[in-house]
Amino acid sequence: MAGGDVTGGDVTGAATTSVDAGSRATGRVVGSWRAAWLRVEAHWTWYRRYWRSSLYSSGLQPVLFLAAMGLGFGSQVEAGPATGGLAYVQYVAPALLVAGAVQNAIAESSYPVLSGFKWQQDYHAVTATPVTAGQLLGGQVIWIALRVAIASVVYTIVALLFGAWRNAGALLVIPVGVLAAVACGTAIMAVAATTYNEGERFAAIFRFLVMPMILFSGTFFPIEQIPAAVRWLAWISPVWHGTELARGVTLGGLGIWPALGHLAFLGALLGVSAVLARRYFYRRLVV
Amino acid sequence: MAAAPMVEAKALVKRFGNVEAVRGIDVQVRTGEAFGFLGPNGAGKSSTMRMIASTSPRSDGDLRVLGMDPDVDGPRIRARLGSVPQQDTLDTELTVRQNLQIYGRYFGMSRAAVRRKATELMEFAQLSDRADDPVDTLSGGMKRRLTIARSLVNDPDLLLLDEPTTGLDPQARHMLWDRLFRLKAGGVTLLITSHYMDEVEQLCDRLVVMDDARIVAEGSPSELIARYSTREVLELRFPPGEQGGVAERVAELGERVEELPDRVLVYTGDGERALEQVHGRDVRPVSSLVRRSTLEDVFLRLTGRTLVD
Repeated sequence: MAGGDVTGGDVTGAATTSVDAGSRATGRVVGSWRAAWLRVEAHWTWYRRYWRSSLYSSGLQPVLFLAAMGLGFGSQVEAGPATGGLAYVQYVAPALLVAGAVQNAIAESSYPVLSGFKWQQDYHAVTATPVTAGQLLGGQVIWIALRVAIASVVYTIVALLFGAWRNAGALLVIPVGVLAAVACGTAIMAVAATTYNEGERFAAIFRFLVMPMILFSGTFFPIEQIPAAVRWLAWISPVWHGTELARGVTLGGLGIWPALGHLAFLGALLGVSAVLARRYFYRRLVV
Repeated sequence: MAAAPMVEAKALVKRFGNVEAVRGIDVQVRTGEAFGFLGPNGAGKSSTMRMIASTSPRSDGDLRVLGMDPDVDGPRIRARLGSVPQQDTLDTELTVRQNLQIYGRYFGMSRAAVRRKATELMEFAQLSDRADDPVDTLSGGMKRRLTIARSLVNDPDLLLLDEPTTGLDPQARHMLWDRLFRLKAGGVTLLITSHYMDEVEQLCDRLVVMDDARIVAEGSPSELIARYSTREVLELRFPPGEQGGVAERVAELGERVEELPDRVLVYTGDGERALEQVHGRDVRPVSSLVRRSTLEDVFLRLTGRTLVD
C-alpha cells in the first residue's frame, strides 16, 4: 500500500507516509456490494443452523392459511364476480403469498434488528470493521429479500399441489411478494433503529397495523366490500398494492397503468424507507 | 524516516448534546508501545477509545490514527485495527469458529485464510476444544478471550482494548494479561483503558490518567508514582467509628496523609519507621500495612478520589 494515496498530497502528507511502512495487518477494505454480501453470508451461516425454528412463521403459516382459507373455507365459496369467476383457492393463493411474505419480513426486521443494536450488539462489532453502517443495512435488506424468496418458493410449490395456480404467471408472484415484503421490512428496520426500549412498539405494530393490513387489503375479499368511507385505508396499505399486482400477474385483469401505479407505490415505500433506515442506522452506530 | 505516531490527538473533544465527554485532550501513542488510559467510570476513556477506533466522529480538535483522518479514511483505518469493546458483542448463537471466520471475512480475507486464522486464534485463546460449541455455552472468561481473539483476525497494527478484564475472576485476568504480553512482544501496539490500576501498571509502558473528561497526568507507571507519590505507604485501619481525629494526630509522620472512609494512608519514604512513630503516639489501629505506592495512590493524589469504589 503506497503512502499518501488518499490523504497524501495535502498539508498532512508528511504524517501519512510513514505509518504504512512495516504494517503487518492483513485486513483491507472491501467494496460496498461485497460488504453487504458478506453480511448475507453471515446470516446464511446462522440460517443453516436454525432454519428449522423459523420454519413455522416463514413457511408453514402461509401454507396452513392456504389450506384452511383456500381449500377449507373456500369450498363454501362459490366462484362468482368477486373472485373473478375463479375457485376461491386460486383467488386467495397469490394474496396469501404476499401477506405471508410481508409478515415474515416485518417480523425479521423488528426484534432481530433491534437485538443487533441493543441486546446482542453484534451490529457494533460489524461497524468496528471496514464494513460501514450503510453496508450493514444493505446486507440486512438483501438477506430478508432472500429469506422471503426462499419461503415464497416453498409456498408456491405447496400451492401448486393444492391446485392453486392457473398458469406460469405464478412464478411472477414471488418477486412481487419479495418487493412488498422488503419495502415493509425496510420501513420496520428504520423503526427498529430508533427504538431504545425493549421494543414494546413492535407488539403494537403487529396488532394494530400488520394484522388489520393483512385482513383488509383485499387478501380474502375484494376491497370494494369495505365501506367507501374507510376504503382509502386499503389504498395506502402496501399489502393491497402487492396483492393487486400478484393477482394481476397470475390471474390477469390488471391494466398496465394500475400495475405501474402499484409498482411505483411499493418502490417509493422501499426508497423512502431505505433512506430513513440508512440515516437512523448511522445515527445509532456512529455516535 | 521517523515513525509517525500510531495515534495522535490534539485538543480532541467529544460532545453528546450538551455533555462534554472528552474536553480537549492531547495524546501520542508510539509504534510498539502499550499505552493506557486510566480513570474511573465516566472519565471519558471509552469515548476517546471509540473516536480512535473510528466508530465515533470527533466533535472538535484533530485526530490521526495510523497517520490517517478517521473522518475521511474510517474504513481504511479500521481495516488495520483490532477492537475489543467493553461488551463482548459476539454472535452468541453461532459457534466459536463461526464467529472468528465470519469476522475475518469483513476484513476482505478469503475463506481459506479465515479458516486458517480461526484455527490459529482458537489455539492462542485456548478455545480449540470449544471450537464448535455455540458461544452461548461459554463462560464469561472464555467469551472475553474469544472477543480478543476475534479482534486479532486481521493481524492488526493497533489493538484497542476497552476494559478488557472487567468482570473476570483473577485467574481469567492473568491469563488475558499473559496473552496481551505475547501480542506486545509480537510487535502489536496496544491501547488499553482500565479502571484497574494493577492492570495498567502491569501492562502499560506509558499511560495517561483521565478524570472528568480531561487528562490530569501522563508518564510511565514508575514516573507517575515517583512524581506524585512517595516510595512507601502506611495503611492504618480502624474499627468503624474510631477513625475520627486520627488523620490529624499522624499528619506530620508522612509527607502527606489521606483519609478514606475505612482507613488512613500515610505517605512516607519509610513505612516501618512511620508505623513505629504511630505506635509511639498511642494510636492503635486494628491492622496496619506497609506497601509500595501504586497508581491508585497517584490517582488519589491527583483527584482526591479512589478509582474503584
